[in-house]
Amino acid sequence: MKIKEALENYTFVLPAAAIFSVFYVIPFIWVFQLGLFEWDGISFTRTFVGLQNFKEIFFQDKSWWQAMWNASYITLIALTFQNILAFMLAWACDREIKMKNFYRVIFFIPPVLSEVVVGMAWRFIINDIDGANIINRTLTGMGMPNLVHNWLSDPNTALTTVALVHCWKGFGWGFLIFLAGLQTIPRELYEAARVDGASAWQSFRKITLPLMVPVMVLVAILTVLGTMQVFVLIVSLVGGEFAGHTSVPVLRILASMRGSSRFGYACAQGITFGMVLIAISFIQYRFSKKARQ
Amino acid sequence: MLIRSVVLSVFALFSVLGCSNQKIDSKPTITVWHWMTDRDSAFQALAKKYESLTGIRVNFELYAPSDAYSQKIRAAAQGTNLPDIFGILGEKRDFASFIKAGHILDITSYMEADNSAWKNKLFPKALAVNEFAPGNSYGINPGIFGVPIDIMTIQMVYNKKLFGQLGLNPNRPPKTFQEFLDIGNKIKAAGMQGLVSGWGEVWMIDCLANNYAFNIMGKDKVLATIRGEVPYTDPDWIRVFSIFKQMQESGVLAKGIVTMINKSAEQLFANEKAVFAFNGSWCVNVYKGMNPNLEYGAMLPPAASDKYPISIWGGAGSSFMVNARSKNKGEAVKFLAWLTDQDQQAYLAKETNNLPANKNSLSKIPEILAQFARGMDYATHPNIWGVSEFSLVIEAFDRGIQSIIIGERTPEQVAGEVQSIKERELAKKRAR
Repeated sequence: MKIKEALENYTFVLPAAAIFSVFYVIPFIWVFQLGLFEWDGISFTRTFVGLQNFKEIFFQDKSWWQAMWNASYITLIALTFQNILAFMLAWACDREIKMKNFYRVIFFIPPVLSEVVVGMAWRFIINDIDGANIINRTLTGMGMPNLVHNWLSDPNTALTTVALVHCWKGFGWGFLIFLAGLQTIPRELYEAARVDGASAWQSFRKITLPLMVPVMVLVAILTVLGTMQVFVLIVSLVGGEFAGHTSVPVLRILASMRGSSRFGYACAQGITFGMVLIAISFIQYRFSKKARQ
Repeated sequence: MLIRSVVLSVFALFSVLGCSNQKIDSKPTITVWHWMTDRDSAFQALAKKYESLTGIRVNFELYAPSDAYSQKIRAAAQGTNLPDIFGILGEKRDFASFIKAGHILDITSYMEADNSAWKNKLFPKALAVNEFAPGNSYGINPGIFGVPIDIMTIQMVYNKKLFGQLGLNPNRPPKTFQEFLDIGNKIKAAGMQGLVSGWGEVWMIDCLANNYAFNIMGKDKVLATIRGEVPYTDPDWIRVFSIFKQMQESGVLAKGIVTMINKSAEQLFANEKAVFAFNGSWCVNVYKGMNPNLEYGAMLPPAASDKYPISIWGGAGSSFMVNARSKNKGEAVKFLAWLTDQDQQAYLAKETNNLPANKNSLSKIPEILAQFARGMDYATHPNIWGVSEFSLVIEAFDRGIQSIIIGERTPEQVAGEVQSIKERELAKKRAR
């Protein structure tokens, strides 16, 4: 009887396990395998180089680590600025305010737009000679002409500008998830707190924040995974890696694959990058578990 | 019972139909994959014409953008699913990899048949891009492996109206680098924008830098550098890097050129917002679409030295290759020979404003295109040098020039960095 039950259970799990294997596990193993070869992506012959590609990534490829640092910087801004903004707006829309449905729709427009469109639109807004120069004009209009700047062509501001445009594009996802999370908190808890004389700040700190921790962790994981892989926006905003200042891992992988025809090395970069993302997600998950306890 | 009868009847009907006489079409269909959105309608028209003449259907399939096309070709090569005719986007080593894998037919014998009748029709420099010379460093048997369908040169263009506004003679573009820099000062004083180009996409930086490398040190020394015999820290190379610093300081470069994509650069020049542009001959069609009244002229990059002539990148704009595994390869070669005939080339030039690969079709092209065509006398291309630089060195070279333009590094620093990467790659090559 037990064997029959076990077989039944495995039968139900089998389709999901098969799909997961075919589309995730096998490609991952295959890409790892390709990472052990020197291969141009065209010929039928590949030269086995062992872990040489991985060694080169870890000990010689400075531009790879610069790209990782750049992506981490954008991610840090997204984790803080983007998610705080998303949470605050979700919190505001969760309350009884006028036109809250209108705001919900407005806030969700940027995420559904194409990254290329967003990049081109912001490039037009920001740039002076091939754009409308709106940011600089506004700064001049506000009496701050000393801040007027080539935001996308200055190595000191290019990455931050990219990060802020990315936040503008991405905060809608966080907003939506936070709003859904906030709506699951029973209203009775707030009413009971009010009856007990708790202030709005105390309610927020003692009820909203603790109950939102799992949602915050989910949003944080999604933000990290989404932001670390940003590249389309960068290409449409600054045309590419801009002397390495806006270089990110996916652009590096593309450069290895397309620019240098080093498919094996690109696969090794992809595996390294994937492992980093898995590690970050795992740490975040562990952290959330502790926070919940 | 009824269901069984219906199923059997349907089966019998299909069996009878399957055994019936069918007219078998003996004429093959040639499939061509390409990425050229601007030429697709002209190709379709020519395909119809070819079908009416020969009865052979040519199926042009467009896959754009070029990045997606490039990936499709590689994937098809892996699966040996390439079409009868296709083009390759990439460097000469990619071309060599396709040949080594047996994907591309050697068409030398077809080109050289009838006293090289086909070969002699085409611009030699356009053909050279598709040719592997004896003793080439890629290890390919010498021969011709592709057919150029148009040619291109990458040069500078200048706006005649803005030249007039700056008090310059619209019919006399700068000949020397110093004259060019002096115009930069005038541009800065007038509050205009100088040179625009897609330098955010970096390869055009590489192109201009190579033009000046040929001008300053000559072809032999450039090739010796690629072979690893001359370091990038050589004073001549530092002078090449310094060219970009001088351009930046004189004000001849437009603001934000290091993050500019070529489409934006083309818009700026077409809308008369920039005095100069560095662009390929394909720009004639682009500018015509954006501003038909634009008055401009083509010019060679102003020479920085009188020791060697300035060279520009040019040669085959786009080429087609024949799939060596195709069962229609004979027909495919015949079609390409027809496509590069004078009339078809003249039609393509007229419809798409690209320079024809056939020498005899040049007489009917507009004056601005003729100016680009005259640049062919100065044309060279990395694909005909027989040696190729390491891609990581090219990347460091281009990024370094971007750093010089934004004032982040000096020419000497960039030269040192490029050389250290070169030495690392050479050591790796020796170890293999």
